[in-house]
Amino acid sequence: MSKELIRLRDLTMEFDGERILDGINLYINDHEFLTLLGPSGCGKTTTLRIIGGFLTPTEGTVVFDGECINDVPPYKRQINTVFQRYALFPHLNVFDNIAFGLRVAKMPKEEIEQRVNHMLEVVSLKGYGHRNVSSLSGGQQQRVAIARALVNEPKVLLLDEPLGALDLRLRKDMQNELKRIQQATGITFVYVTHDQEEALSMSDTVVVMDKGRIQQIGKPEDIYNEPKNAFVADFIGESNILDGIMLADYKVKFFGRTFTCVDAGFEPNEPVDVVIRPEDIDIVEPDQGHLVGTVTGITFKGLNYDIIVEFKGFKWLIQTTDFHPVGAVIGIRLNPEDIHIMHKSEYSGMFGDYSSYSAEYDELTEDAGDEEE
Amino acid sequence: MRKNKSVLLSVPYILWMVAFTLIPLCVVGYYALTDPDTGAFTLDNIRDLEMYMPVLGQSVLYSLISAALCLLLGYPVAYYIAHRTPVMQKILYMLVMLPMCMSFLLRTLAWVGLLQDTGIINNFLDWIGVGRIQLIRTPGAVILGMVYNYLPYMILPLYATLVKIDNRLIEAAEDLGCNSLQTFTKVILPLSVPGIFSGITMVFVPAVSTFYISQKLGGTDTVLIGDLIERLFKQGDNPNLGAVLSLVLMALVLVCTGIMNRLGKDEEGGVIV
Repeated sequence: MSKELIRLRDLTMEFDGERILDGINLYINDHEFLTLLGPSGCGKTTTLRIIGGFLTPTEGTVVFDGECINDVPPYKRQINTVFQRYALFPHLNVFDNIAFGLRVAKMPKEEIEQRVNHMLEVVSLKGYGHRNVSSLSGGQQQRVAIARALVNEPKVLLLDEPLGALDLRLRKDMQNELKRIQQATGITFVYVTHDQEEALSMSDTVVVMDKGRIQQIGKPEDIYNEPKNAFVADFIGESNILDGIMLADYKVKFFGRTFTCVDAGFEPNEPVDVVIRPEDIDIVEPDQGHLVGTVTGITFKGLNYDIIVEFKGFKWLIQTTDFHPVGAVIGIRLNPEDIHIMHKSEYSGMFGDYSSYSAEYDELTEDAGDEEE
Repeated sequence: MRKNKSVLLSVPYILWMVAFTLIPLCVVGYYALTDPDTGAFTLDNIRDLEMYMPVLGQSVLYSLISAALCLLLGYPVAYYIAHRTPVMQKILYMLVMLPMCMSFLLRTLAWVGLLQDTGIINNFLDWIGVGRIQLIRTPGAVILGMVYNYLPYMILPLYATLVKIDNRLIEAAEDLGCNSLQTFTKVILPLSVPGIFSGITMVFVPAVSTFYISQKLGGTDTVLIGDLIERLFKQGDNPNLGAVLSLVLMALVLVCTGIMNRLGKDEEGGVIV
């Protein structure tokens, strides 16, 4: 593992008596792509702004390369930021925008020219140097903003929902582009997003945040496969979350039935949250199923169908490539590795029930994390 | 149909403009090109302009100095207001506007009371033993009057421009290595150029045509073009020459506004004139 570059120690942030961050502890390694992921208002942007130096934490310390930088102003930090909605200088053209930091640093003219031109190539904007920034499309402005930050060769690049204003197609392209740039330059990226798919596909490390606290830190796979609590399980992908009792190691009881699972280390008879991912569930004939339920809703998603199945009054979301009409009775089988057990938390009972599921559900969650201040 | 109706709506204004702006302008033009005694066509009035050139030059000079001083005084104030909380901004904005609610004549007269030889300031200076000094009837007093009266016209457009500058741009400048002075010179100042031009225009135009300020606060050697025009018309000396001077002043104002608009246009955002 590469060395630690940034450490946030017990960060607390309050605005007008309202606690925005509540004890953030986090370290960021050199050359890492770390994503702060969470819904609107979870404190991710605040955390980023503290690292950038635009906010001073109420309590706690920010350590950069072994030194506390709480009182170091932004312009003295070896950190550059790609701002939400870019914040390009409207009075400068593309070249001058990118050259801005180098000129402030009083770099020789030839070197500035060379580095800016190289950067224009990196972000695929060769020949755009003389263009007015307001004449560029959103995606192009985005790339200028990235170039303007990267050209200074910072130790760390902070990105605050940089792709939020782009359409889906462009966003996918830019995700690949950013990942490529990060790997090519080796610069540490700290990336803020509310888009879980973006976080999972780009990051080395994902930090899931909610209510000013870190809910889970881990590799994308671990976050997805081993969510720590109901919030993470629900926020990252879709999850059916049920109440269960951990009878013993590898034995969990829910819906009046005992299942074999792969989790251990719980107290005997501890009440737990059981997570079952909708894509892990096998649909079988009713007489072969562990559980039998009735289909109450079906939505075509392109890749698969989302079906809502009612088991004893509790509705599950199941993803399947086969069509099951409303009213059909189906059986399901759960393999031990499909069942994930979590300790009870403050989020228990808040997520994972699809009783009120409707097709609009997805749209609602899409809109949720637009802006954060 | 809709288009015809909207034309109808502007008819009152067009009539007003024709009656009270366009026709008087033609009358002024007529006067400018006729002889005061015979009423015959002549270019003598324009020829006579030459001897008034120093007055015109002085008017332009005083107005430019006033505009420059207003800019120096007004910019920090506008910057200060633009960086307060929204509520505080409203209050301070009101305070800047407040003097404009009082009569322009009254405000200028108040300065006479302050500056005159037996005025408050001189009485005080005399009392503390400095002795009376010449304050009124000096170029300085005229410029002071202009700056005092027209300062709000500088502050308001500057404030309007400064308050619109996205705070993210300032953060971006800091992020890219600018200290606060560099942030100002490299980002805030260039972005406030439209407000600067707008403010200069709004101070310069009324200042160059003013007559009351120089009459009350100035002396015999601080006659401005506005005074001259007033005298030529009012005292019946030579309205024809006054008409020429009026047209010259108008041309001057139009040219200045044009230049300012052109300079301001290259930047983002419109110029308020």
